[in-house]
Amino acid sequence: MRRVAKLSAACIATAALAVTATACGSTSSDNESSSPSSSGGGKGVKIGLAFDVGGRGDRSFNDSAARGADKAKKEFGGEIKELTAKTSDTEADREQRLSDLAEAGYNPIIGVGYAYAASMGKVAAKYPKTNFGIVDSVVDAKNVDSITFTEEQGSYLAGVAAALKSKTKHVGFIGGVDVPLIKKFEAGYVQGVKDTNPKIKVDTQYLSHGSDTSGFASPDKGKEAAAGMLDNGADVIYSAAGSSGNGAIEAVNGKKGAWAIGVDSDQYSIPGLAKYKNSILTSMVKNVDLGVYDFVKSVHGGKPLTGTNSYSLSKDGVSLSTSGGFIDDIQGKLDAAKKKIVDGSVKVKTTP
Amino acid sequence: MKKLTQRIDKERLLLGIAAPLLAVVAALVVTALVILATGKNPGDAFSDMVTYGFASDSQVYILNKATTYYLAGVAVAIGFRMNLFNIGVDGQYRLAAFIAAVLGGALTAPGWIAIPLIILCAMATGALWAAIAGILKVTRGVSEVISTIMLNSIATAIIAYLLQPGKLGQLDQAGTLVSTKPLPASSYFFSFDTGPAGVLWGFVVVAVLVGIAYWFVLGRTRFGFDLRTVGQSESAASASGVSVKKMVATSMIISGAVAGLIGMPTLLNDSHQFSNDFPAGIGFTGIAIALLGRNNPIGIALGALLWGFLERTTNHLEFQGYDKEILGVIQGVIVLCVVIAYEVVRRYGLKRQQQKVGAELAAQAAAATKKQEVA
Repeated sequence: MRRVAKLSAACIATAALAVTATACGSTSSDNESSSPSSSGGGKGVKIGLAFDVGGRGDRSFNDSAARGADKAKKEFGGEIKELTAKTSDTEADREQRLSDLAEAGYNPIIGVGYAYAASMGKVAAKYPKTNFGIVDSVVDAKNVDSITFTEEQGSYLAGVAAALKSKTKHVGFIGGVDVPLIKKFEAGYVQGVKDTNPKIKVDTQYLSHGSDTSGFASPDKGKEAAAGMLDNGADVIYSAAGSSGNGAIEAVNGKKGAWAIGVDSDQYSIPGLAKYKNSILTSMVKNVDLGVYDFVKSVHGGKPLTGTNSYSLSKDGVSLSTSGGFIDDIQGKLDAAKKKIVDGSVKVKTTP
Repeated sequence: MKKLTQRIDKERLLLGIAAPLLAVVAALVVTALVILATGKNPGDAFSDMVTYGFASDSQVYILNKATTYYLAGVAVAIGFRMNLFNIGVDGQYRLAAFIAAVLGGALTAPGWIAIPLIILCAMATGALWAAIAGILKVTRGVSEVISTIMLNSIATAIIAYLLQPGKLGQLDQAGTLVSTKPLPASSYFFSFDTGPAGVLWGFVVVAVLVGIAYWFVLGRTRFGFDLRTVGQSESAASASGVSVKKMVATSMIISGAVAGLIGMPTLLNDSHQFSNDFPAGIGFTGIAIALLGRNNPIGIALGALLWGFLERTTNHLEFQGYDKEILGVIQGVIVLCVVIAYEVVRRYGLKRQQQKVGAELAAQAAAATKKQEVA
């Protein structure tokens, strides 16, 4: 027994020594630079995409960014490298993800979601020759394009549509998590409703709070919240709650004469929701794909976008979808409201 | 006789090492099979993990992560030694980090006053939050598993309520991230700049000190002895004059105080503020690490380093085109294997002991009959 113990101890010690001796001193980028990293550097763009939690296939936010990158790839050629965030991520993980992409020669690199803001600031300083883009946040650096959207303006129009379509003079708003981004949706929506008809009552509910992000991915909670609002007499419900919104749409579909308003993508034409599409009045579309595509195009053209590029209503960064034709009868009033926002006579609040 | 005790100790040590080693090897085999099933070569994956994981910048990353994980492991282990399942480490550290961040942002005192104050504040918050569960247990008999899980949710709600613009939070430039007021630069904890490899957090020193204190208090003081006694048998402990209730409450409070430290490396060395993307769920990681390290101060350190290593390398595996879910598979399988391996090794050890005792008794009996024959 004793011999075995000694032997194994010796083995472990030598192995540990060997490992540290060979590895200490060199960083991972040194190790990597020996391998051909710029193999695809012929033509086209090498797009690095760092997704937020959920990644490609979430039918909403990340998918929209992916569409933009796909379009750019189709047009300019090249390749896309995708990495996806985990819920347990820390700053160091996000930094590593962006650095890995930059190290391998991807350019541009796009961080999808505000979670990448701080890490992008650090990595962008380390790789000044690489172009970075961030969606939904602002990073103050020379080589970063900050792609933001005026969700409150689109939501204002959704509010106008809801006010015009409501028969019970009672509408609802369901937010996924009570984070500032979603509050922009609420603020715009409520203002849109009140500006159209101050007598209309607006119910507001958030599905989860603070760091508990489950409200973005719990269709059951969305369904329950929507059912509660319908019971209270609301007949138009706008949900900005990721996949939880699917549950809300399902609940609305169960009540005759009630309408749901979708978010981020045109939810009328999403196959998974085809069963309920006749209850989807419209969707507040956030064209992340446009922002991503514009950025990739600018890098490809040699004149990369930098600074804050706000995709507003006037630039079609946000819009109301018309699939289904349910808002055709009020289109005139919506266009009038849009015009007021674009020319500045109506200022939409960003906080409720 | 002296020789005998020495031998038994060594054997116990070997058995102790055998279990986690067995678990890690079994986990590697299962992972290899999973990677094979996805149609890729596990050999390449493992060699990439080793070269990438032992690069100097990876080592810094792993040490930084392990600092946090180690504190989490120790916080959980203190409860484990008492037979207390403190699931609430997660809520305790988040609430503690939040309150400490608020205090740190408001303080204008020089660093040598501010930093200890922030750390003490975090420990006190964690301890108070854990004390609720401890007091409920000793006065009303509420299971600490249930109460701490609920306290986690309450902590989340409290933070969400207070961390809002206009209350204790403020919005960032883009209006998407809400955080507490950032700490002044004088309140940053010291760190070691290792050049291209990155910055090593100075809090690793505190983690080592906590480990030493944990070993000393549990292994070398009367309090630690009492605590372990209560953990092994409550009735025996109370018969020998230890107040079980007092021990339960005290150990819960100490566990909470250490839990309060978990968020400190991130707060003082990295983020310098508490925002709604502050890392969550580390309390649960701590449970896995305490299990892996068998509640032993060195074992927990190895577990924490292993966890950091796995996260670092599997992040890179995703980059190489492997599925990012591999990390979850490896970690899950390790924890499962650890539980199984400990039981297997424990039974094997028990059997060996019985055989040995049996052999000794037989030898004695044989010697006795021989003597009789001679006489």
